[in-house]
Parts: sequence; structure tokens; C-alpha cells
Amino acid sequence: MRSRLFLWVPLALFAFFAGVAGYMLTQEKDEFVESAMIGQPLPDFALAPAYGGLPGTSKADFTGGKPRLLNIWASWCLPCIAEAPQLEALKAQGVEIVGIAIRDRPEAVAGFLARHGNPYARIGSDPISEVQLAVGSSGVPETFVIDAQGVIRYQHIGDIRPEHVPVLLAELEKAR
Amino acid sequence: MIRAAIALLLTLCALPALAQDSMPPAPFAYNQLDDPRLEAEATALMHTLRCLKCQSQSIADSDAPMAGDMRHQVRSRILAGESPDEIRRWLIARYGDYVSYEPEVSATTWPLFAGPLLLLLVVAGVLLRRLGKRRNDGGEAA
Repeated sequence: MRSRLFLWVPLALFAFFAGVAGYMLTQEKDEFVESAMIGQPLPDFALAPAYGGLPGTSKADFTGGKPRLLNIWASWCLPCIAEAPQLEALKAQGVEIVGIAIRDRPEAVAGFLARHGNPYARIGSDPISEVQLAVGSSGVPETFVIDAQGVIRYQHIGDIRPEHVPVLLAELEKAR
Repeated sequence: MIRAAIALLLTLCALPALAQDSMPPAPFAYNQLDDPRLEAEATALMHTLRCLKCQSQSIADSDAPMAGDMRHQVRSRILAGESPDEIRRWLIARYGDYVSYEPEVSATTWPLFAGPLLLLLVVAGVLLRRLGKRRNDGGEAA
């Protein structure tokens, strides 16, 4: 009798794995690579201005006073256009947003800002993704909450949609 | 003469295609290091790092701009005297195990390594018992 039951074990195992596979197929695929730098201080960096209109940025811009947003974007990035109104909304709430433009040209940056608005206090140019790699960002756009001590507190991957604005505001408040 | 002029005209027509990829790649994205020993070290390391944009390729295989920027990091750091292991750890500190294209034993991946070993042990146990039994049976029969 015991050995008869034992015969069902392989089938049960197979059914279990088939079930897991079937379940995973219905789950949304998460391709985001999260930064492992949450809770770590920003690495040292200094970037030249991305265009003539605003100063560049360095680590020093993130220490003192209040938490800030570090927005990693590019003029060639389509979701960055979609998130532009949300960045404006955050700026209207008094949030200081520092931009880092990835692999971008000054005239392209100026054109993007003229078309989609300019919520930035500073924009540094990162032509070889150096700072992007140093903070553990794997694409554009990504937005980091940096507290007043220059420590990375939160990462938002992808474009900021209207529903993410309160989340970011709450994270900024938490980082205060 | 006319042929040459047409060829020139067609070449000029193709220029916008070049302009589309407007930024030049990072210096060491597609250029090897001069020292063959260092370049070999860098290449070996690049084969063990995952491209973050094209997640089923190593940065050595990928043509994504971000993979180029990662190759630049690897080569320039090797040139600056960092060891491949230091660079690996630098990237893993930023992206977690994910960036490693060579399996690492860690808090989350150890079952992958322990599982097969455990299975082998179970199989060995079962085999020993069965074979042991048969030998005993054989002994009795003889």
C-alpha cells in the first residue's frame, strides 16, 4: 500500500512544477534592475553643464538643507516626454530637481526643454553613463530621492506617472 | 565622371543615417587596450558581466550603448590598475547579483547550488540501499 502511494510522487512533482510555471506565466514580467545603492551615500561625481542655460552638477549640490530628486533622463528618451508634466507638478510643490542627461548633446537638451518644459535646477551632462552606472541606474528615465545628507533613499524606475507624484512627495518627506 | 558624381550624391544622401546616432561612443567602448595582457583581462571580465539593457547578453556581446559604456568602465578601470575582481564587486555593489553573468553563490542563489547536490545525495542513498539489498538477496540465493 505504501509503495503504491509512492508511485504518485513523480506525477505530483510534475504537477507542482507545471502549476508553478503556469502561475508565473500569468504574472507580469518584471524586467527592472533595482539599484543596490539605496541607503548608500551618492558617489563622488562632477558633471559639466548639459547645455548653456543651467549649471552642471556635482555631489556637493545634494548636501545640506533638504531632500532633492535626482532625475536621470535624456532628450532622446520618449518616456521622458511622458513624465515631463509630473516633474513640473513636483517642482510646483517646491521640490528641487537635479537632472543628469545621459549621452546627450547641448542643442538636443535645449530643444527638449523648450518643447516639454524645464523643471530642473541644474543639469549635468553624462556622455558615457559614468554617474548613471555609479548610482546603479540601468536606464532612462529613473528618479532617485536623495536626502539632505546626500544619501540615496528611494529609486523610481521608469517614467513618473500622475499616481507616482504623491509617492515621491511622501518619500521626499520621509527623507527630510 | 557622371558615375562618380552620382556616387558622391548618393553618399551625401546617406549622411543623415550616420547623424542619427549622434553621440560618439565612450573611448573604450569599441577600442581595445594597447597592452594585450590587460585587454585579455578586461575581455575575460566583460564576458562575465550582464548587459543591463539587453538582459540575455554579456556586455562583451552586446551592441547596446549602455553595454558600450560598461565596457568603457571595465577597460578604463583595468588600465587604472584595478583588479577584475574589484570591478566585479564595484558593479555588484550597484546592481546586485543581477549584473553578474557568472553564477555567484550568495544569500539568494545558494539553493541553486545546494539543490542538485542534495538530489545527488538522495539518489546515491537510494542506489546504495537498492544495490545493497540486491547483493544481500543474491547472497541468500547463492
